[in-house]
Amino acid sequence: MSFLRVKEQLIQFVLFLCAFVSVIVTVSIIYILFKESFYGNADGAGFFARYSLAQFLTGTTWAPQNGQVGVLPLISATLVITGIAAAISLPLGLASAIFLSEYASPRLRSFLKPTLELLAGIPTVVYGYLALVFVTPYLLKPLDPLVTKLFTDAVSHFNAASAGIVVGLMIIPMVSSLSEDVLRAVPRGLREAGLALGATRFDVSCKIVIPAALSGILASFLLAISRALGETMAVAMAAGAFARLSLNPFLDMQTMTGYIAEASKSDATRGSDEYIAIYAVGMTLFVMTFVLNILSQFILKRFREVYH
Amino acid sequence: MALTPEETSEVNAGDSVLRLRMRHFISGAFHLLCSLSAWVGIVALVVMLVVIFRMAQGSLDWKFLTSFDSASPNRTGILVGIWGTFWLMLMTSVIAIPVGVAAAVYLEEYARKNWLTNLIQLNISNLAGVPSIVYGILGLTVFVRNMQMGNTLLSAALTLSILVLPIIIIATQEALRSVPQSIRHASLALGATKWQTIWAQVLPASIPGIMTGVILSLSRAIGESAPLIVLGAVTYIGQTPGKIETIPQLLRDPAAISQVPMASYTVLPLQIYNYAALQAKSGFRHEAAAAIIVLLAILLSMSSIAIFIRHRFQKNLKW
Repeated sequence: MSFLRVKEQLIQFVLFLCAFVSVIVTVSIIYILFKESFYGNADGAGFFARYSLAQFLTGTTWAPQNGQVGVLPLISATLVITGIAAAISLPLGLASAIFLSEYASPRLRSFLKPTLELLAGIPTVVYGYLALVFVTPYLLKPLDPLVTKLFTDAVSHFNAASAGIVVGLMIIPMVSSLSEDVLRAVPRGLREAGLALGATRFDVSCKIVIPAALSGILASFLLAISRALGETMAVAMAAGAFARLSLNPFLDMQTMTGYIAEASKSDATRGSDEYIAIYAVGMTLFVMTFVLNILSQFILKRFREVYH
Repeated sequence: MALTPEETSEVNAGDSVLRLRMRHFISGAFHLLCSLSAWVGIVALVVMLVVIFRMAQGSLDWKFLTSFDSASPNRTGILVGIWGTFWLMLMTSVIAIPVGVAAAVYLEEYARKNWLTNLIQLNISNLAGVPSIVYGILGLTVFVRNMQMGNTLLSAALTLSILVLPIIIIATQEALRSVPQSIRHASLALGATKWQTIWAQVLPASIPGIMTGVILSLSRAIGESAPLIVLGAVTYIGQTPGKIETIPQLLRDPAAISQVPMASYTVLPLQIYNYAALQAKSGFRHEAAAAIIVLLAILLSMSSIAIFIRHRFQKNLKW
């Protein structure tokens, strides 16, 4: 074998190793989360060696320093904020995508699309700051009379609604970009056939184009929701650190990501319950987003329309 | 009472005209709705920027940029944050870009379409969707604890490199795909080996796309401060990494760079977090806004550099 040949084989091997790093990363994440949760390490036993899975999944109070490890408050807070974010971003994102692909002129599109992307490029601390400084005082506090009538408690300084609003704003570009790409991929012939048969542009958009692009749109929804689930900074800043099980979005509540951030910051000793809970909560979060991501990949592959 | 055929068609015609008008109205209303939705995002962006600039009034000056953190809003500064962000981005690029580009080259140029390649691709797409704080947990366990690197720039850079790796790989793959096959075939026909073709022809041609991916990933890395919280970066840091405080100082004493990887650090987003959320006195709000403006300025200049580099390289590609 000549030297050149050997060199080529060596280079190919090195490149393969680099590609394989990604597999190593995934395996490490799964291994560490499960091992630390179930078996623990040199600092102490794992979370699930100290508490049962049932206690974790069905308990309704979260206070690991007192031995109460029901994760439902954290999950409910995460779902409340994600729900609000989805309610804002999914319709607005989809409608923006429809506007960009069906109605906007190329010039308008070349201005609007990058500008919308800017929303996604802003660091999440900035969104958290805005939630504290603008959304809560100027958008939510004025609603106090209405909120007090409905929920008894007034809008609190830290609340889930402001977090949900800014996170929703942040993920609008995710929905609109991905949806717009799939909408544009629908062949023009389908639209023109509809218009030729007398359909209005609304009919064409809603009854022809969207159903054709549905798999991509759904996939984009799932990806955006998965992003909202994993958001940390904006939520930790705006929603507070009090773990409560409640559906009132105007109160402060702590999400899964918020707890992980808070427990890392605090002076919790290694091996203590609140510290080891990081792994259990992290594992729960990872499983939730992992399932959503796999589902979105599956939908994308399975239901993709094939055009000739 | 039954209608005559003439009357029936008149009624039907009237109905049809009315229905048609309704449908056109709905179509117009829908158009309006969609365009308003698209503009909501823009309006929100403008409102956000206005709020930030108004809150920062008076706080953004040279003293702010060159002071250390302090318990008093008047004397605090983001010097440590700026240097920390700079070193962190530098180290992350040095680690992530070669590995990411190499991985993408393998997947696009060398890999056969078998189950292993599909697994790796699927895996990379999944990693792109993992919450950033989970990477923080990974970094904490592997780098800070098991490898005993402690809470230093090196563990942070390694963690962030893993975070941005999928983005770089995906963007580089797209860039490589856009290079026409004829370029590769011509090179191989002239006797070049596969690697020579890639190194001399394909990679240079895909630099615009790779640069886009790199800048995208670095912008993401700058903003993702959540993993750093888990690594333990939220503490009071009294000095810059390696004690390098000004650029002339760095040029006079380049050896100080060796101190940087193992130094404690903080980054600009975390200082913003400190100002905005952890300080009980609301007096820090203005400082937070000023720091945000600096952060946005850094991101803006990075994007501009990327667009510029893209343009320069795109001009030389003619096919």
